[in-house]
Amino acid sequence: METEILHHTRASFQDHLPVLVILVPFLAAPLMVLLGSRRLSWPIAFGASVAAFGIAILLLAKVIDGTEISYHIGGWAPPLGIEYRVDAANAFVLLLVTGIAAIVLPYARESIKTEVPVRHHTLFYALFLLCLTGLLGVVVTGDAFNVFVFLEISSLSTYVLIAQGSYRDKRALTAAYDYLIMGTIGATFFVIGLGLLYMATGTLNMADIAERIADQGGNRTVRAAFAFIVVGVGLKVAIYPLHLWLPNAYTYAPSAVTVFLAATATKVAVYVLLRFMFSIFQPAFLFEVNTLEFIILPFAVLAMFAASFIAIFQNDFKRMLAYSSIAQIGYILLGIGLLSEAGLTAAIVHLFNHGITKAALFMGVGIYVLRSGGSFLDDIQGLGRVMPLTSAAVVIGGLSLIGVPGTAGFISKWVLVQAALEKGWWPVALMIVASSLLAVIYVWRVIETLYTKPPASDVIAGEAPLSMLVPLWIMAIACVWFGLDTDLTIGASQTAAQGLLSGSAGMR
Amino acid sequence: METNTAILLSMLIPAGATLSNIVLHNRANLRDTVTLIAAIATFLAVLTILINEGNGTTAPLVLFEVLPGLDLAFSVEPLGLLFAIVASGLWIVTHIYGVGYMRGNKEGHHARFFACFSFAIASVMGIAFASNMFTLFLFYEALTLSTYPLVAHKGTPEAIRGARTYLGILIGTSIGLQLVAIVWTWTLTGTLDFTKGGILEGHIAGPMVAVLLGLYAFGIGKAALMPFHRWLPAAMVAPTPVSALLHAVAVVKAGVFTMLKVGIYIFGIDFLAETGASEWLMWLAAFSVIAASVVALTKDNLKARLAYSTISQLSYITLGMALATSMGVLGGGLHIAMHAMGKITLFMCAGSIYVATHKTDISQMTGLGRIMPITFGAFLIGALSIIGLPPLGGSWSKWLLIVGAADTGQWVMIGVLMVSSLLNVAYLMPVVARGFFLGDTAGAEIKESPTLVWLPPALTAVGCVALFFYAGDIQAFLAPIVER
Repeated sequence: METEILHHTRASFQDHLPVLVILVPFLAAPLMVLLGSRRLSWPIAFGASVAAFGIAILLLAKVIDGTEISYHIGGWAPPLGIEYRVDAANAFVLLLVTGIAAIVLPYARESIKTEVPVRHHTLFYALFLLCLTGLLGVVVTGDAFNVFVFLEISSLSTYVLIAQGSYRDKRALTAAYDYLIMGTIGATFFVIGLGLLYMATGTLNMADIAERIADQGGNRTVRAAFAFIVVGVGLKVAIYPLHLWLPNAYTYAPSAVTVFLAATATKVAVYVLLRFMFSIFQPAFLFEVNTLEFIILPFAVLAMFAASFIAIFQNDFKRMLAYSSIAQIGYILLGIGLLSEAGLTAAIVHLFNHGITKAALFMGVGIYVLRSGGSFLDDIQGLGRVMPLTSAAVVIGGLSLIGVPGTAGFISKWVLVQAALEKGWWPVALMIVASSLLAVIYVWRVIETLYTKPPASDVIAGEAPLSMLVPLWIMAIACVWFGLDTDLTIGASQTAAQGLLSGSAGMR
Repeated sequence: METNTAILLSMLIPAGATLSNIVLHNRANLRDTVTLIAAIATFLAVLTILINEGNGTTAPLVLFEVLPGLDLAFSVEPLGLLFAIVASGLWIVTHIYGVGYMRGNKEGHHARFFACFSFAIASVMGIAFASNMFTLFLFYEALTLSTYPLVAHKGTPEAIRGARTYLGILIGTSIGLQLVAIVWTWTLTGTLDFTKGGILEGHIAGPMVAVLLGLYAFGIGKAALMPFHRWLPAAMVAPTPVSALLHAVAVVKAGVFTMLKVGIYIFGIDFLAETGASEWLMWLAAFSVIAASVVALTKDNLKARLAYSTISQLSYITLGMALATSMGVLGGGLHIAMHAMGKITLFMCAGSIYVATHKTDISQMTGLGRIMPITFGAFLIGALSIIGLPPLGGSWSKWLLIVGAADTGQWVMIGVLMVSSLLNVAYLMPVVARGFFLGDTAGAEIKESPTLVWLPPALTAVGCVALFFYAGDIQAFLAPIVER
């Protein structure tokens, strides 16, 4: 009798995983504010993010073979109730987001001590968890309006988190303000699009919408909805001409926030884009409206070159990486624009690989800021000798950014070039490699600065604290690991791509 | 010892030497001794493979699958084994020379220098034993990156500029062209394994074969085919031991080795011959041979002259592959060993002159031969081998190349090889003649360089003579790569 009960509770815990991954950080955030203890806030935040990471691993293990989990909030069946839906595509993104959060928090502890006044630390961690909640919610939900709600939760907390950088540099305030304005415009567009969709279908459940608009490709309301949603989410993704908020936000935010945002926020937005394009509007619709070939693809290529060029001329390492992020988003969009299984796989793989690569690099920058007081090339010159461990990890991250074989970035590039060649798109394949050569230039500028110039005189000698070095090295090793062992990344991405391309069949 | 263990050891030992150099960075004697032992151990590991396998081919040792169907895998075949023997054998000599040179010349950062040096050797072993193009590419890039700090070693603006050119051209061509070629091959055939007779036949036809070959030929920037040869003279700012091993043996030979691998195992010699896709490459290689030699004539800086000579000699090997005949390929393979031995001698002599006199220009070397007879004697032997005169090793590879050209009826190519030999005489012999016969013995304070510096080139000079007598064995050893 007893064993049966035990079995029952275990099964129900397993069943609730999709909502637990959100609830854990969501409840931990107010808890630490209510407790009001500065000593407890970090352990709570860390515990919550590790728990979320554990749940994400369990979820991915369940869906990596192509199965889907549908979870009904409060037991209300969709389309009336809100549905959470986990498949390979979002379980993979969940893993990235929670994993980065769990690794960034130990790093943040030392980092924000110098960047944010102590009295704000509890609130900082609470906001961090709220931001995490929002991102996870966006990923896990199967309800279109719910996406908007969670997107706003994450965005609002992000604005505040970026503004925390103002204790180091006042420009963080204007950066946060810029992002607030542009993010809100994006959110408005997004919600207008949702409204139009609701008008056309009378439902907000993603699977339901997909089913009802399947034969409405020519409907103008649906087309307008599509346009609004792509532009709205495009702002969050930082698709090239909509990227203006990103460089300042990344540059002036506290180091730990930049690491977290760069590795997760834009990636989650890309996921939303994928979800709406493929699961709701369907690949057939995309063919019909030609958005990918005429809008996504050209802007992707533009981003790859323009942003990389701008990155070359930056004198602030952090800003250089921010522009590089915009260029890298170009690769992801390019993969989507190829509109093939190989292309989508490449996009999703790069989403993950670029996430870990940028996390490693921004962590390195944060350590330089901590030790030398700034991230300008003048500040970091010669640090290769003073801080050999940090710099070695930064070099690994840089190589992964270039796409040197043996690193995660190479795998992305390989599958992306392969996808382009498979389609017979010669020029695109050449453009991919050409733009990664631009990455060589800006990465090498940094490496030369680190190793061939003498250190500035006012640098605090010595390595970073261990609590920052370990997360940095975890990321650096991940860059190499996922460059050699791609079972997880390629496997999950392929399953996800297949699911997305099968359109509503994947949702049912 | 198992062959597969030996393959792994041949990479792990130099990689371990990298670590030992970092850990023991301020215990100079111990550090350099450990590296010397590592060099000998690596050579022994490679010899073990030779004893086990002879000139046979082994099944791939798959470490793991990186992408579906794409393995990180190693195997032994004659050409790769020859390359590994040459590189690991000369590592011992160069290490001894390097210790002497770095100390004699009071260069800094020894630990970093030898650490990167060892890592470069580990990469070379990876290239030599790679059993597919993917694995080869991985180590090819590792070699580029690990030699960058060596080129930039002096840290002067000139060195950094040179290193930048070096990296820019090598990474630019490999990512911009070679990677595209590899992915293209992969999409066409679904495999990148080095297979006897090639993998491309039946998957590609018409002018696209020539385009793909072009992507490979220019993408393998280390082969220094014109117009992507600028990195080689730029890299000459590196300390001489680097120039000697890496730019006469490891890096450039990795380039032409990859070229031969692509020709033999990706395209297949017969496929190239049938389609005639390599004909343009043959003409370009012939142009490189002549043009680089002419440029070498104009260089007064000894290392720069040797660098252009290397560009010219590398194109012999590319030419051998492009002839698409078994004799040409054998000649190219043989030339890897012959040129390595000859050129390393010349570079070490140049370094020896620099250590003893701090002179780099040929015009200043008047009369030095009479003060430094061993150095200049070794230089003479190395030069004769490069020119291709008996009884020195270089004569055989040139002979085979000429036979190959005659086989295919490319009479112009025979002419090119002959003219090139004459040009070799014209740019190498004046150095020796000036040293021995011209001027008076100026500056009594100049002496022969330290033993550790003059001994290694003397040894490799003897090697050049020895190779003349063993050339037949090497040719027989390589024969399986062109068997049908």
